[in-house]
Amino acid sequence: MTESGLLAEVSVPSRLAKARTGIAGLDEVTDGGLPSGRTTLVCGGPGCGKTLMGMQFLVRGALEYGEPGVFVAFEESPAELAQNVGSLGWDLADLEARRLLAVDHVQISASDVIETGAWDLEGLFIRVGLAIDSVGAKRVVLDTVESLFGPLGNEIVLRAELRRLFRWLNDRGVTAIVTGERGDGTLTRHGLEEYVSDCVILLDHRVRDQVSTRRLRVVKYRGSHHGPDEYPFLIDRTGFSVLPVSSMGLSHGASAERVSTGVGELDRMLDGGGYYRGSSALISGTPGSGKTTLGARFLEAGCERGERGLMLAFEESPAQIVRNMASVGIDLGRWLEGGALRIVAARPDAYGLETHLARSYRAIEDHDPVNVVIDPLSGLNGEAYEIKATLSRLIDHLKSREITSVMTTLVTSQADKQSGLGISSVIDTWLDVSNLELEGERNRGINILKSRGMPHSNQVREFLITGAGVDIRDVYASEGAVLMGSAREDREARDRAAATARAADLGGKRRRLAYRRAAVDAQIAALAAQRDAETLELSSEIDSGELAERQIELDRGVRAAARGVVGDSGDGGEEVRS
Amino acid sequence: MNGTSPGPAIESGGTATFFRLRLYVAGQTTRSLAAFSNLREICETHLAGRYEIEVIDLIEHPQLARGDEIVVVPTLVRRLPEPIRKLIGDLSDTERVLVGLQLVTTRAVSSDE
Repeated sequence: MTESGLLAEVSVPSRLAKARTGIAGLDEVTDGGLPSGRTTLVCGGPGCGKTLMGMQFLVRGALEYGEPGVFVAFEESPAELAQNVGSLGWDLADLEARRLLAVDHVQISASDVIETGAWDLEGLFIRVGLAIDSVGAKRVVLDTVESLFGPLGNEIVLRAELRRLFRWLNDRGVTAIVTGERGDGTLTRHGLEEYVSDCVILLDHRVRDQVSTRRLRVVKYRGSHHGPDEYPFLIDRTGFSVLPVSSMGLSHGASAERVSTGVGELDRMLDGGGYYRGSSALISGTPGSGKTTLGARFLEAGCERGERGLMLAFEESPAQIVRNMASVGIDLGRWLEGGALRIVAARPDAYGLETHLARSYRAIEDHDPVNVVIDPLSGLNGEAYEIKATLSRLIDHLKSREITSVMTTLVTSQADKQSGLGISSVIDTWLDVSNLELEGERNRGINILKSRGMPHSNQVREFLITGAGVDIRDVYASEGAVLMGSAREDREARDRAAATARAADLGGKRRRLAYRRAAVDAQIAALAAQRDAETLELSSEIDSGELAERQIELDRGVRAAARGVVGDSGDGGEEVRS
Repeated sequence: MNGTSPGPAIESGGTATFFRLRLYVAGQTTRSLAAFSNLREICETHLAGRYEIEVIDLIEHPQLARGDEIVVVPTLVRRLPEPIRKLIGDLSDTERVLVGLQLVTTRAVSSDE
């Protein structure tokens, strides 16, 4: 294995020069475009888009890559051709006038041709050469060169000449597309694949269950890596586009940035932040459980933050979605008008699965959203393995573009839920919304089945949708049952009443305490007043008593002096005498 | 593109029609030369005096290929009498050239006589 790897490396020393087709997705599938200066065979049944692909290769080459082109039409007249591609907005006459394109109509009808001897296709060579020189073409499309096989009977000569023609184109250094009609059991009816060995692309247009799907496959591409699968492609008003699915590796980055779900409480359940930027979330749920509402709220919240949003709707028309969401307080109309939001709606049975996804890719390319909602995945029809494969591709694509996506899916049974459409392995966050029937009511419950890379709530919460929007409440878990809706409200009311009663009781006690304290304080104050009064009275009595005492003392001294009794100075003699 | 004719075209007989032929070739190849000499011979044999041959070399005048819708060379275009008919190849199969130019009836009449 390593040996063959080495050999491959040795035999392809330099990267093959490629000519970009400018066709969305095809350059990814072919790892850069068609082999430059070589011839590519594009084959497929009638109406599979060969002509359109060839013309787009030329128009894009002329307008975007500065490579003028030559279109050699063997079937359609220039007028028919111009008309057919005019609906795609390509003005061939203008391109011709600007010398970016030359169209030559080569017609040869069987009635014209009477073979009288040896011949060659030099006339065609000269015409193509003239057309190439007239615009300095780098690209040539021959559509469909096999038309020559009808009128020109001598197949041996014709084959030799076609071989020479392809070699001549290579020598001229032009990148060529040769188209061929698909044959019975062969790639082309006349085996052109034998002569074109560098690159072969097969277009397929099949109808199953009355639904058509177009697919493209690179059958071979010498010296180049190319996507090996069948890729769905679209032909719409902007032309030919292939689903770009080269991002099949798991190489996309992992952002640590968080994106709000638009519902605060749900963000809290998801570790307080919401989804990871660039991750994919799945919301599964029973009918009417609010999946679309959650998705719409996510987009609305994104728009409010200035992030572009895209909703791919497979069940309802845009007008219906806008009206229904307005009834629950989610105003999508405002963002639609402003251009930040786009809703792309299609009936699930309008197209095959892959066409739906191709349209989705196209919408993503066009609108370049930051957030995407797909509602619902379960609308898509197809085999389970196909759904899984294509959805995985889509999710990979979204991740590679760092788009945060929310997809909804309808589940009607437990089995559905468990399978998760088989895509749970590519989903990062899985929310389940269910209707719970309890005490004669249906209520919505939401829980997180998984959320990679973050701790998250393991609880079932009640999910409310009201005229004012989406809300998530704690549910009552009591005696092993979960209470929601009016049962929860009942319980809440009872609890509120009990709390009020408790509060009233406490208040009373507090008031009684205050009264008591006030009463005692009053008593204390009265006693203190009494004490003060008594103190005052007594102390004045004491004062007057003392005053009287001192007066008596004084009076005694006066009297003694009056009697002449000399105390220490001789007064005492008189007193003794008396 | 040498306009070649065996001299002034002469209508031999009132019913005989004039043939204006144009031979497209690509270069002076053996095949081109063979086609021209084959044509000359057939014309001299069957249309003596009432034909005109114009040879167009597409190498020199590539833009003329579109007008007569030339894909294959050599191509002989019978411009007159109408309608236009085209013969491809080096004109070596005289039988088919005569059928192609609708000279078969003339030949049949002459062989009957």
